[in-house]
Amino acid sequence: MTAGAAEKAPGEITTQAVRCADLTYRFGTQTAVDHVDLSIAPGELFGLLGPNGAGKTTTIRMLTTLLKPATGTVSVSGIDAAAHPMQVRRLIGYVPQMLSADANLTGLENVELFARLFDVPRRTRKDRVATALAAMGLTEAGTRLAGTYSGGMIRRLELAQALVNAPRLLVLDEPTVGLDPIARGDVWDYIQRLRAEHQMTVLMTTHYMDEADAYCDRVSLMHRGTIRTTGRPADLRAGLGDGATLDDVFRHYTGDTLDNPPEEGGIRDVRRARRTARRLG
Amino acid sequence: MTSAAPAVPPVAWDNPIAGARRLANRIGTLCWVELRKIRHDRTELYTRAIQPALWLLIYGETFTHIHAIPTPKGISYLAYITPGILAQSALFIAIFYGIQIIWERDAGVLTKLMVTPTPRSALISGKAFAAGVRSLVQGVVIVVLAAILGVALTANPLKLAAAAVILVLGSAFFSCLSMSIAGIALARDRLMGIGQAITMPLFFSSSALYPTRLMPGWLQAISKVNPLTYQIEALRGLLIGMPTTLWLDTVVLAGATVASITCASLLLPRLANR
Repeated sequence: MTAGAAEKAPGEITTQAVRCADLTYRFGTQTAVDHVDLSIAPGELFGLLGPNGAGKTTTIRMLTTLLKPATGTVSVSGIDAAAHPMQVRRLIGYVPQMLSADANLTGLENVELFARLFDVPRRTRKDRVATALAAMGLTEAGTRLAGTYSGGMIRRLELAQALVNAPRLLVLDEPTVGLDPIARGDVWDYIQRLRAEHQMTVLMTTHYMDEADAYCDRVSLMHRGTIRTTGRPADLRAGLGDGATLDDVFRHYTGDTLDNPPEEGGIRDVRRARRTARRLG
Repeated sequence: MTSAAPAVPPVAWDNPIAGARRLANRIGTLCWVELRKIRHDRTELYTRAIQPALWLLIYGETFTHIHAIPTPKGISYLAYITPGILAQSALFIAIFYGIQIIWERDAGVLTKLMVTPTPRSALISGKAFAAGVRSLVQGVVIVVLAAILGVALTANPLKLAAAAVILVLGSAFFSCLSMSIAGIALARDRLMGIGQAITMPLFFSSSALYPTRLMPGWLQAISKVNPLTYQIEALRGLLIGMPTTLWLDTVVLAGATVASITCASLLLPRLANR
């Protein structure tokens, strides 16, 4: 399949920004992602919600071509991620859960690295890097080493790295985890502005129900590898009656709370969280 | 940045010529990163110069005077070990890259790099040659030091350039060996232990400090399959004019480098997806 053909797939009026069909992944005998079906429309801010170990990150890893699905397919703008990983990577801007800028490079160099890796032509590279940094309010800090940045600034730098390729789909894995409330609000302001200016599709995972409620157009609640329900946050809350929160919705569909995550898959996340803590602390 | 959705560029990796250009571009990019890092922080350059300086100054000078190890006519023992110390320094730097890639995995940097349109082999090659770049910068420090101590090294620019290529190839091989072990060991502290355990045997089973013919038979056999020996022999041929089969040294090093890049590339997903 060529990229051009993918833009107008036969039999489809609009190509979905993201489509998962019967998507499944197993770690040994444990099914991390269990027959997931999902569609995200272009321009949507879509939230994948669930506790640690729900299968959110594994789903993202299949979408970003890091893991091959056991069965089923995942496609970005109609392009199959498993069959055409290089094309799909060109469409994606990815910000991982951990604060992952290179502390030994300046902000500017961090962004330029990604401009080079995404083959931004030399003559436009400088402008693109400067524009991406400016969009994240990092023009002045750009010449400083990223090691001197605060958590919120590093997150914004990572967004600038993801943006320099002008992606169609921005994938954010727990974008505000580990940030203080002010930095969280700040990062959300920037994400909102980006969407408004570039009509970008955003897929994010989170376990902060309040953020999902405030910012997402639609959400899917994921629990133990399966999607329990999908809809607009307001509709999901309304379905449960007056005064219901998204937490209540989650409890209703899973019989579980976020404070009480399932046993399986927990260790991996704990280990990861501990690593992040060690690095930042 | 434009507000319109970007067009999907064709995938250059499908075509061998464009693929090779893209590979060169990725290697260049990661070498550029390494040079920027050296520029920002030169302390490592200085601290890593201490050990080779001690080898040359104390060990080298002493053994030159006591004539314990026979060297070819006209070549002092200090000159004899200079290429060996050069290779040792590159080895110690390269072995560190496995630890670095585990750090990058822990920090989420590796995942991010793997989501760019860069095949795993290009990513590993880039890192391998970045290790080469760092070894080269370190190597200049050692060569200057040796020259100050009176070692007569070649002034032929072609031979110096060839020596640089050999040094880069050796670093590329050992950094990929280290990144391969990282893909098996998966944890930083474990890899640090393994790194410590293999660097000295690699060094002592090579011809860095003494000619292989002085070794017992079993050690000679190990020395024959140790790429470090070929690297040192090539450097000796180029820098101090000792006889060697340069083509054989180069072929062994290049072959070992390709094999180790392949191996590290295959093990990379195991490391990244833990």
